[in-house]
Amino acid sequence: MRNRLNQILDVILPPLIAITGALLIGAVMLMLLGANPIQGYLALLEGAFGSTNALADTVVKATPLLLVGLGICIAFRANVINIGGEGQMILGALSATALGMALPTAPGWMMIPAALIVGFIAGGVWGGIAGYLKARFNVNEILTTIMMNAIAVQLMNMLLRGPMIDTLQKGAARIPQTPRLPEIFYLPRLAPTRLHLGALIAVILAFLVYFFLWRTTTGYRIRAVGLNTYASRYAGISVEWNIVLALLLSGAFSGLAGAVQVYGVNHFMITDGTAAGFTGSAGFNGIVAALFGQLHPIGTIPASFFFGALLVGANKLQRVTQVPAALLTALNGLVVVFVVSSEIWRRQRARRRAIQQVEVKEASS
Amino acid sequence: MKKMLILNLVLVLSLILTGCAGLGGSKEDGKFRVAVVMPSAVNDLAFSQSMYEALQAIQAEMGEEKFEFVYSDNLFVVDDAASAIRDYASQGYNLVIAHGSQYGGTLEEIAPDFPETSFMWGTAGDTMGLANVFAYEAYSQEGGYVNGVMAAALSQSNVLGVVGPVEVGDAKLYVDGFIAGAKATKPDITVNVNYIGSFSDVALASEAAQTHADAGADVLTGTAQMVVGAIGVAKERGLAWFGTQANQTSLAPDIVVASQVYDWTVLLDEIIPLIKDGTYGGTAYAITLENGGLVIEYNDGYDLPADVKTMAEDTIKGIVDGSITVDVAQ
Amino acid sequence: MISDLFSATVIIGILASGIRLATPYLYAAIGETFGQRSGVLNLGVDGIMLMGAFSGFYLVFLTGNLWLGLLAAIIVGGLLGLATAFINVTLQADQGISGIGIFLFGLGMSDLLFQKLINNVETVSGFPPVHIPILSDLPVVGEIFFQQNIMVYGAYLMVPIAYFILNKTTLGLKIQAVGENPEAADSLGVSVSAVRYFTVTLGGVLSGVAGASLSIALLNVFQQNLTNGLGFIAVALVYFGGWRPTWVLFGSLLFSLVNALQVWVQVIGIPIPSDIAVMLPYVMTILVLIISAGRVRAPKALTKAYERSG
Repeated sequence: MRNRLNQILDVILPPLIAITGALLIGAVMLMLLGANPIQGYLALLEGAFGSTNALADTVVKATPLLLVGLGICIAFRANVINIGGEGQMILGALSATALGMALPTAPGWMMIPAALIVGFIAGGVWGGIAGYLKARFNVNEILTTIMMNAIAVQLMNMLLRGPMIDTLQKGAARIPQTPRLPEIFYLPRLAPTRLHLGALIAVILAFLVYFFLWRTTTGYRIRAVGLNTYASRYAGISVEWNIVLALLLSGAFSGLAGAVQVYGVNHFMITDGTAAGFTGSAGFNGIVAALFGQLHPIGTIPASFFFGALLVGANKLQRVTQVPAALLTALNGLVVVFVVSSEIWRRQRARRRAIQQVEVKEASS
Repeated sequence: MKKMLILNLVLVLSLILTGCAGLGGSKEDGKFRVAVVMPSAVNDLAFSQSMYEALQAIQAEMGEEKFEFVYSDNLFVVDDAASAIRDYASQGYNLVIAHGSQYGGTLEEIAPDFPETSFMWGTAGDTMGLANVFAYEAYSQEGGYVNGVMAAALSQSNVLGVVGPVEVGDAKLYVDGFIAGAKATKPDITVNVNYIGSFSDVALASEAAQTHADAGADVLTGTAQMVVGAIGVAKERGLAWFGTQANQTSLAPDIVVASQVYDWTVLLDEIIPLIKDGTYGGTAYAITLENGGLVIEYNDGYDLPADVKTMAEDTIKGIVDGSITVDVAQ
Repeated sequence: MISDLFSATVIIGILASGIRLATPYLYAAIGETFGQRSGVLNLGVDGIMLMGAFSGFYLVFLTGNLWLGLLAAIIVGGLLGLATAFINVTLQADQGISGIGIFLFGLGMSDLLFQKLINNVETVSGFPPVHIPILSDLPVVGEIFFQQNIMVYGAYLMVPIAYFILNKTTLGLKIQAVGENPEAADSLGVSVSAVRYFTVTLGGVLSGVAGASLSIALLNVFQQNLTNGLGFIAVALVYFGGWRPTWVLFGSLLFSLVNALQVWVQVIGIPIPSDIAVMLPYVMTILVLIISAGRVRAPKALTKAYERSG
C-alpha cells in the first residue's frame, strides 16, 4: 500500500514542484509588471476550477490536447516524431466541415459519427503521407510534418475563402468562414456548460489506445519497432510499414481532434491565416501533454486535464491582472521547460525506489 | 500517507480560496465599463491598435471616473475568446466589444445569455438578429479608392505595387478599392498585387516590396501588420507609400503620402449613449468617409502636388455624396 | 505570361531576393547542424531567434551602435543556448518538448519586453548593404551576389567555416563521434557533455544572430513574432541537408529561391491562386528531398540523452 502511494508520488511530485518553480518565476514577472501575483494565481485557479463553467472550459480545452496526445503516444512509441499535429487537425476539421456542408439535411445521429470518422481519416491521410515518404523515400518526418503544417494552412485559406465560404454573409467584406453547421450536427452538450461529448469520446479512446498498444499484435509491433528497429527487423516485423502506420494513426487522432473542435466547440470554421488561430496550438501542446503523461494513453488523461487547466486559468489571470497576453505565453514555456526538466528527478526517485525494493527483498530472504 | 493528506489539503484549500477571488464588475457608481477582446496585439499598428486607441480617446473624453475599459489581446483562438467574452459579460461590463470577425459564432451563443449586456461585433455587417448585438465594419475600400486615385496620379512609371496578407475580408476590400481608384484615374495603369499568405511575415513582405520595386513600381501600398517590412523597403528605395488602418507616417516620414485611418470613436460616440438609454443592439454600423470614421490623413512632411490633393478631395466628396461608387468584386 | 518570368530583370530579382531571404535560415540552420551533429535536437530555435532579434534591436534603438546590437544578440542567444544545453544535456530532458518550451518562452518574452520597453512600431538604421569593390560592378552577377547586406555575407561565410570545423578539425571529429556513439567517445576520453554544451550554445549564438539579421539588418524593425515560424523551417532544413553544411546551404537556397519565385509569379500576374503560390516553397522542398534523399543517415544518438552508466 505504502509502495503504491510512493510510486504515485514519484510520478506526481517532481512535475508538481516543477510547476511551482515555474509559477514562482512567473510571480516575480507579475510583480515586475505591477500585478499582484497572489491575486493573479487565485484568478488562475478560479478560471480553471472555480465554477462548473470553468471546469467545463478546462475539459473543453483539454479534449484536443488529449486526442492529439493519444496520437503522439502511438507515434513516439514507434520512435517517430510527429510535429504535424497542427496541419493534421486542420485537414480533419476541413473534411468534417465539408461533409457537414455537403449534406446539411442529414440526420444528426448519422452525420456526427460520419463527420468524426471523416476527420479521423483525413488526418490519417495527412500523417500517412509523411509516413509513406519516410518509409519509401527516407524523407525525414520532422521535415515533412513541418512543411505539411504550412501547406495545410494555405489549403485552409484557399478553401475557406473559396468553395467553402459562407455565401450568405451580410457584410461588405467576405470573411473567410464557412456557414454555421445545423444545430442537429452539434455534438451533444451537458447544458448549460460548453462541455461536449467529444471529451467523453476522447477518454474512451484513451482506453482503446491503451488496449491497442499493449494488448494487440499490431500495437506490440509498433512498440517493438520503437524500442529496437534491428531486433524487430530480425524478428520479421516490417519496420517501414509500422512507421507508416504510426504516423498514420497519429495523424488520424489529430484529425479527429480537429473535427471534434468544429462539431463540438466552434460549429463552423474560420481562418485568420495561421494554424494556431484554429488549433490553439493543440498540435504542439498535445505533444507536451503526451510526454507529461509518460507517453501512456491513460497518463495522458490527467496530463491533458492539468495542462488544459493551466491554459484556461492563464487567460483568467490575464483578465484579472490585465497583464499582456505575452506573459502567459512565456509562462507556458517556463512550465513546459521546468516540468520536462524534472523528469530526471523522477527517474532518479524511481531508480532509488527500485534499488530499495531489491534491498528489502534481499534483507528478507 | 502524510504527503497524500497534505496534497489533498492544499487542493481543498485552493478550491475554497478560489471562491473568494473575483473581478471588478458593475457597481452602482455610474461608471461605464467596457471590455474589449482582440485577435492580435494591441500595438500592431493596424486592426487591434485602432480600437484600443479609440477607447483611449473616449476615456480621455469622458474622464476616468466616468469611463473605464479593460482588454484581452492576442485572442486569435476562438474558444479562448469565447471564455473571455463570457467572463467579461458575467462580470457586469456594460459593453463587451468582440473586435474580430472570427468571434461571430461565439457571440451568437453568448449574447442571448446576457440580455442586460451590450455587445459589439466587428468587422461584420450582421447583428444576427440579436437585440443586444451591434455590428460594425469598415468600408476600407473607400479609402483604398482614394489612395488608388492619388497613387495613380503620382506614379511616373505607371506601375503600382500592392503587398497584401491573405486574400480575404478587410484586406481584400482595401486592395480592390485601391485597384478601382487607380484604374479610374489612369485606365491602363498596371497594378501588381501579391498576397504573402500571412498577416505577420515581415520578411516576406519586405521581399515582396523589393520585387514590386524591381518590377517597376514607384508607389506601393499594403495592409496588415506585416506591412512594416514593405514600408522599410519603400523608404530604402525611395518609393511612395500609402497606408491603411493606422497613420503610418512615423515609420517613414519622407515617403508616406497619406494613410486611411480607422477612427472607431465615431461609432462609439453613437453607441455608448444608446446603451445608456437602454438600447443594447440591433443595428449594423460602418465607418465610412462620410461619417468620419474613415479619415484620409495626409503626411504634411510629404510634398504632395496641389492638383493631386485636389483630386483626392474631389474623390472623397464624390464618395461621400454618392456620385462615385466604389465597385468591388465580391 | 509565364514567359515574362524569363526576362533578365525577373531572374536577377529572384536570385538576389532568394539569396537575401536565405540569410536567417542559414544562420539558424548551420547553428542547429552543430547541435544535431552532436546528438541534440533543439526545437526552440525560433524562440532564441526572437530573443536575439529583440535584444539586438533594443540595443541599436537605444545606442545607435550596430555592433553593440549584434553583440547583444550574440550574448542573449548564447545564454539561451547555454540554458538549452543545461536542460537537454545535464537534466537530460526530452529534447522534443524542451524545445517547444524554449520556443514559447522566447516568443512570449520577446513580445513582453517589446511591449514594456518600446511598445511602438519603430525602425532603426541597421547594417547597410556593402558593395564588394570591383565584383559588385560585374553585370548581372554583381547585382545578385555582391551588393548584399553585410550580414548576408556573414551567413554564407558560416557555411565553409562550419564545413571546415566539422570535417577538418579534431573538434569536428569529437562532435561527430559524440553524435554517432557517445559511449565510445566517452571511453576514449571525450567529454560528451562538454562537446554538446559547446555545440548547443554555439547553435544558440547563431540563432540569436539569425534573429538580429532580421531586426537590425534586413528588416530594421521588431514586431511580435517577427520570425513567424522561420526557426522551425530552419530545423527542418537541417534534416533536408542531411546534417552537412553544404547541403543545408542548398536547402536554404532552394526554399528561399522558390519563395522569391512565388512572389514574382504573383506580381507578374500569372493566374495562380495566391495560396497555391505561397505553398510552393514547402512543396518543392519535400519534392526535391523525395528525389534526392539517398542514404542519408541521422547521427545515431540524435535526441538521445547520454548518461554515464556504472
